[in-house]
Amino acid sequence: MARMTMIEAIRSAMDVSMARDENVVVFGEDVGYFGGVFRCTQGLQQKYGRTRCFDAPISESGIVGAAIGMAAYGLKPCIEIQFADYMYPAYDQLTQEAARLRYRSNGEFTCPMVVRMPTGGGIFGGQTHSQSPEALFTHVCGLQVVVPSNPYDAKGLLISAIENPDPVIFLEPKRLYNGPFDGHHDRPVTSWAGHSLGEVPEDHYAVPLGKAVVRREGSAVTVLAYGTMVHVAQTTAEETGIDAEVIDLRTLLPLDLETIVQSVKKTGRCMVVHEATLTSGYGAELVSLVQEHCFYHLEAPVIRVAGWDTPYPHAQEWDYFPGPARIGEALRDMMEA
Amino acid sequence: MRDGQRLSLHVPEPEVRPGDKPDFSKVTIPKAGSVRRPEVDADPETIRDLAFSIIRVLNREGEAVGPWAGTLTTEELLEGLRHMMLLRSFDARMLTAQRQGKTSFYMQHLGEEAVSCAFQRALEPGDMNFPTYRQAGLLIAGGYPMVDMMNQIYSNDADPLKGRQLPVLYSAREHGFFTVSGNLATQYIQAVGWAMASAIRQDTKIAAGWIGDGSTAESDFHTALVFASTYRAPVILNVVNNQWAISTFQGVARGGSGTFAARGLGYGLPSLRVDGNDYLAVHAVAKWAAERARQNIGPTLIEYVTYRVGAHSTSDDPSAYRPKEESEAWPLGDPVIRLKNHLIRIGAWSEERHKQAEAEIRDTVVAAQKEAERHGTLHSGGRPSMRDMFEGVYAEMPPHLKRQRQQAGV
Repeated sequence: MARMTMIEAIRSAMDVSMARDENVVVFGEDVGYFGGVFRCTQGLQQKYGRTRCFDAPISESGIVGAAIGMAAYGLKPCIEIQFADYMYPAYDQLTQEAARLRYRSNGEFTCPMVVRMPTGGGIFGGQTHSQSPEALFTHVCGLQVVVPSNPYDAKGLLISAIENPDPVIFLEPKRLYNGPFDGHHDRPVTSWAGHSLGEVPEDHYAVPLGKAVVRREGSAVTVLAYGTMVHVAQTTAEETGIDAEVIDLRTLLPLDLETIVQSVKKTGRCMVVHEATLTSGYGAELVSLVQEHCFYHLEAPVIRVAGWDTPYPHAQEWDYFPGPARIGEALRDMMEA
Repeated sequence: MRDGQRLSLHVPEPEVRPGDKPDFSKVTIPKAGSVRRPEVDADPETIRDLAFSIIRVLNREGEAVGPWAGTLTTEELLEGLRHMMLLRSFDARMLTAQRQGKTSFYMQHLGEEAVSCAFQRALEPGDMNFPTYRQAGLLIAGGYPMVDMMNQIYSNDADPLKGRQLPVLYSAREHGFFTVSGNLATQYIQAVGWAMASAIRQDTKIAAGWIGDGSTAESDFHTALVFASTYRAPVILNVVNNQWAISTFQGVARGGSGTFAARGLGYGLPSLRVDGNDYLAVHAVAKWAAERARQNIGPTLIEYVTYRVGAHSTSDDPSAYRPKEESEAWPLGDPVIRLKNHLIRIGAWSEERHKQAEAEIRDTVVAAQKEAERHGTLHSGGRPSMRDMFEGVYAEMPPHLKRQRQQAGV
């Protein structure tokens, strides 16, 4: 075991995978010599050479399009889109190509590829470095969507993603890169050093895709969260004294519905929190599934606390972010219902 | 600028429209054999002129002339003629089948047969094409069974793609034919990626990307050229300029660049322009580019100058936007007739043998069609199962899809 930040854990996952399988290649903007703007690929080029880890032109559609060709050849590209906000030029390649190769060729061509991208706000990144576009991917059949919330999961999930035979969108909450974030932006930053999930094995291990985990057991209400919001939800439960059961979804597609249903049937209440904008967000899918599968166990309407339906603002970042105050208030309202 | 001068927008128009007299006077056709053949390791800077000329081998008399001649034996040329005739006959039968309601859609190659048929001869087993919907000659020349193509077109119970894909969007990995997307240009950068992978693994295989004149305007075209140039990928980037993108003439995508081949110059790619209706020239240029890629020298851009004689697809009517006589006036002629005349000229073929071959080929295609139709057509007979619809989205079916399949009752 070693102490790792989420950045180190993600790097370790690629390192371990590249060492085990020479088909694993890593590329993207600034990922080669420099090691990525968030340092996730630092040292990989030096260790594995320029043809296994290299810089790409500033062309997201090119990075993804080339990776699709490589995957069709038989490589396993693990590519980086510098910010999730930059992925739109690649959306055509992801949704109509990567996601459908297997289906449309009846398995002749497949696309074992991982597309890593930092997601979410909290670093004063403004509208083009803060977005959470997960719902744009969960709507696409053929893709899988993963959002880790801590170093241990990040490494295990990334290894699973690299070893998966189909394309995986791997969204890395950038606010969690260097430490867990409880949503209180005005308090001192904490590091992963003091967190149990900052303990990460140095060797190969896998956290399976499609499996959620209960992060905090509770009996009053189920809170469904992923990424940064897992920590915010846990903190809010402690601070409000409301005995919430917090589920870390980890994989959004395919979704671990069983764990959700089991919990909501127990608590009778459900809240979904995400940083992405509200309307047509992934929360809508979760709410729909919960009412469909747990309707007769519900004691209150299922509600969502999410980013407002505005572009991610710069100065008003913390007014936009669904922090402990908003979640706490919604939880209290819900318990009164 | 003078004070108060108003601007005006330039919107290009073709020279002629329906009712006008076809006019190709602005298409400059150099004499066959007149364009030089550089060494495959030539510095792209020294061969920029090849992007503005047209490499041709067959002259008006049916002779193979000049430095690009001589890449194929007579036997290979006879086989090439057969491939083009097969493709033309196949197209005719499938067009009729579509009109008869046996499938929803079809796209033919009429006039462009030489491009894909001759190109395939320059590749080796294991190489990979990333084709568009108008390169079925790659399959025909590569020996892919016509029955399987028809099964795909009919979406019947023997369709290798289980009814999931629009007709003619074949996939044939073993024949070096990447699954056709149906979106335009996306496959161009994928071809570059595949070639990069081959180089990363220090393999010997090369890739070929395909695109039409119209979709060179897509950003994927630019992206592919950047990546190919940056990583010197072992890839041949083919542009089939058949003059028409559905109803839009090639000038709308080309803009002021002169030729499509010239697009490659800014990326430092050797860029060649070739007579796409000249089987021998297509093969010679493809072979040059393939050698260059295989020797790890790098990518090549090739523009094939040809003409789409037929409609874009069965959903298109060219008489609405271009003169009916335009294809007759096309100055580079018909690829089948030109190769036929050459073979007659060198004493390897005759009008009688040609007629006989036409009949034999028609019989071959009809026999294949009958066999395919035993497996059903789009609206009658065998068809892929509803279960096939749910399979293959992922390697392993996820729980939500299993629930939906159950809901559908299969």
